[in-house]
Amino acid sequence: MDLAAVIVVETVYVIASLVLISAGLAIVFGMMKVINLAHGEFMMMGGYAAITAVNLGINIYVAILVIAPLVVGVIGLIVERLVIRHLYGRLVDTMLATWGLSLFFVGIVTMIFGNTTTGISTPIAGITVGNYQINGYNFFIIVVTILLVLAIYLVLKSTRLGLIARGTMQRSDMASALGYSPDRIYMATFFVGSAVSGLAGAVLAPLVGLGPSSGGAYIAKAFITVIAGGPSVIAGLISSGTVFGIVNQFFTFAMSPVIGEVALLVCAVILLRLLPQGITARFFKGKM
Amino acid sequence: MREITLQRFTLSIIIAAALMLFLPVIMNTFVLTPLLIYGMLGMSLGLIWGFGGILCFGQAAFFGLGAYAYAISAINIGESTIPMLIAVMVPAIFAAVLGAMMFYGRLGDVYLGVITLVVTLIFFKFMNSTAGPDYVIGTARLGGFNGIPGFQTLNIPGLPDDYIYGDSLYYVTFVLLVVAYWLVNWLLQSPFGRVAVAIRENEQRVSLMGYDIRARKTILFAIGGAIAGLAGALFANWAEIVTPGLFSLSQTAEIIIWCIVGGLGTRLGPILGAAGLAYLKFLLGQQAFIDNTIIMGLILVLFVLFLPKGLIPAIESVWKLSVGKRRRCHPSRRRKGRAITNG
Repeated sequence: MDLAAVIVVETVYVIASLVLISAGLAIVFGMMKVINLAHGEFMMMGGYAAITAVNLGINIYVAILVIAPLVVGVIGLIVERLVIRHLYGRLVDTMLATWGLSLFFVGIVTMIFGNTTTGISTPIAGITVGNYQINGYNFFIIVVTILLVLAIYLVLKSTRLGLIARGTMQRSDMASALGYSPDRIYMATFFVGSAVSGLAGAVLAPLVGLGPSSGGAYIAKAFITVIAGGPSVIAGLISSGTVFGIVNQFFTFAMSPVIGEVALLVCAVILLRLLPQGITARFFKGKM
Repeated sequence: MREITLQRFTLSIIIAAALMLFLPVIMNTFVLTPLLIYGMLGMSLGLIWGFGGILCFGQAAFFGLGAYAYAISAINIGESTIPMLIAVMVPAIFAAVLGAMMFYGRLGDVYLGVITLVVTLIFFKFMNSTAGPDYVIGTARLGGFNGIPGFQTLNIPGLPDDYIYGDSLYYVTFVLLVVAYWLVNWLLQSPFGRVAVAIRENEQRVSLMGYDIRARKTILFAIGGAIAGLAGALFANWAEIVTPGLFSLSQTAEIIIWCIVGGLGTRLGPILGAAGLAYLKFLLGQQAFIDNTIIMGLILVLFVLFLPKGLIPAIESVWKLSVGKRRRCHPSRRRKGRAITNG
């Protein structure tokens, strides 16, 4: 019974962290059809921003929830203006350019912080369930993810900004004919996407040893979750996150964590082979 | 594309031979050999991406697979001729299976990229986790993060005690690179190669003409895998150790950067791009002021933004432009030009 509870919590946690990792990438890909391969490095920089802020004596929650998203959002804004702006509509070129950016950021962070692993301790104590102990911070991640998804949904669904963003996403020419500048909207979208990546990186920072190349661990997972999810931002994220999370946890508990990771990747390959346009191109069509 | 003539063939062989003998004079062969190997690796992606239009994010998977296949079979066999063949066959077969799965599913660009990337990561993760004594193929332990050291390196076929290393490995690698280059050239000249280029240009049209695109792409992909595997086997011989690092994301990224910088759709571009950038990296590795991933990243971004066709096509067009101008130039204007340079 206790074990069942632990497994359920762990599975929900893995699904939540997959959604959290992928959210920033999904916003940028879903809205702008740009694949940001520097996403993992944005998360890594979010983590560094949070850790640096905490070391400077700022409250850990402020550092994670406010400072890291802002810092990474601004970096994203600069990147969008300097590089990505010139490559809209050229999917492969943006992938290559952002890959270059990811190497660049790894190099910069290595120069500034050194090629060492840093970290902060989790601010929430563990919870005991029968014979088992669950990391209390996992609940924090689950809550943050639910709030984040809700926020994205509400902004897109019920604010005027969200309406304009969705309109531009569907027909940018029409939106610009109605007097909205797609350029501005893309810029804002990229800012939000980067900020969400930064938030994700910062939220996960207390759980992982953070080094300049930790971004690489995130990018593949985020990339496949978003691509497997398909065109709808939120439904895609949740559906593919759930599938991958369950597969990963099943094999992790049945065999070993490494097999769990490999099973996730194999599952992604099979899923893409069967549903090459992503899950939401077939199911949940027309949802957000 | 220009025809292959006997004249061009002989000329290129002479140039290659001269280069092969001259390069060791200015550089250590220990530094040169990996440059050639990277050139071969760059060429393999240049073939399938530049001429086949298949953007593979997982060329490192075939490279690593070739290296591992060589190391494992060399330990088991104790002689290098058959392992070399195995090291070419295993990645080729693997690429054929993977390619068949992707191309018969008619996956688009991005999805292809994701799958090849993910496959590379699977290898990386799996190889890193094979540290225990349970992971054994024959008598070879996979060794996890530490890789496999101490296998039989390249020897003269049939004579396991006469090793080919150092300078002779350099010459062997050079010859193999030239052979591979001419095989690629010949392939591109053949009807198969021409159809491959046509598929890159307009897939739908070629399929309406009755060609089986899926099979052709799969075969091209497998050939690319085979060349990458050969490069991997040579690399294993040069480094005398294979590690999971061969499958890493940065390795894959570098191959793509070489191709972009050298020039897609050219035959020499990826080779020169690979050798040039690998040498640059070697030079940058000798100083500690700037981390060399910064330079690599910047190079990729700048090339995508400003020179998306790569160096070789850019140089070619500049050269053609200047030569063309000179030819069209009127005698009187030419005199004027000379007067200016004299003044």
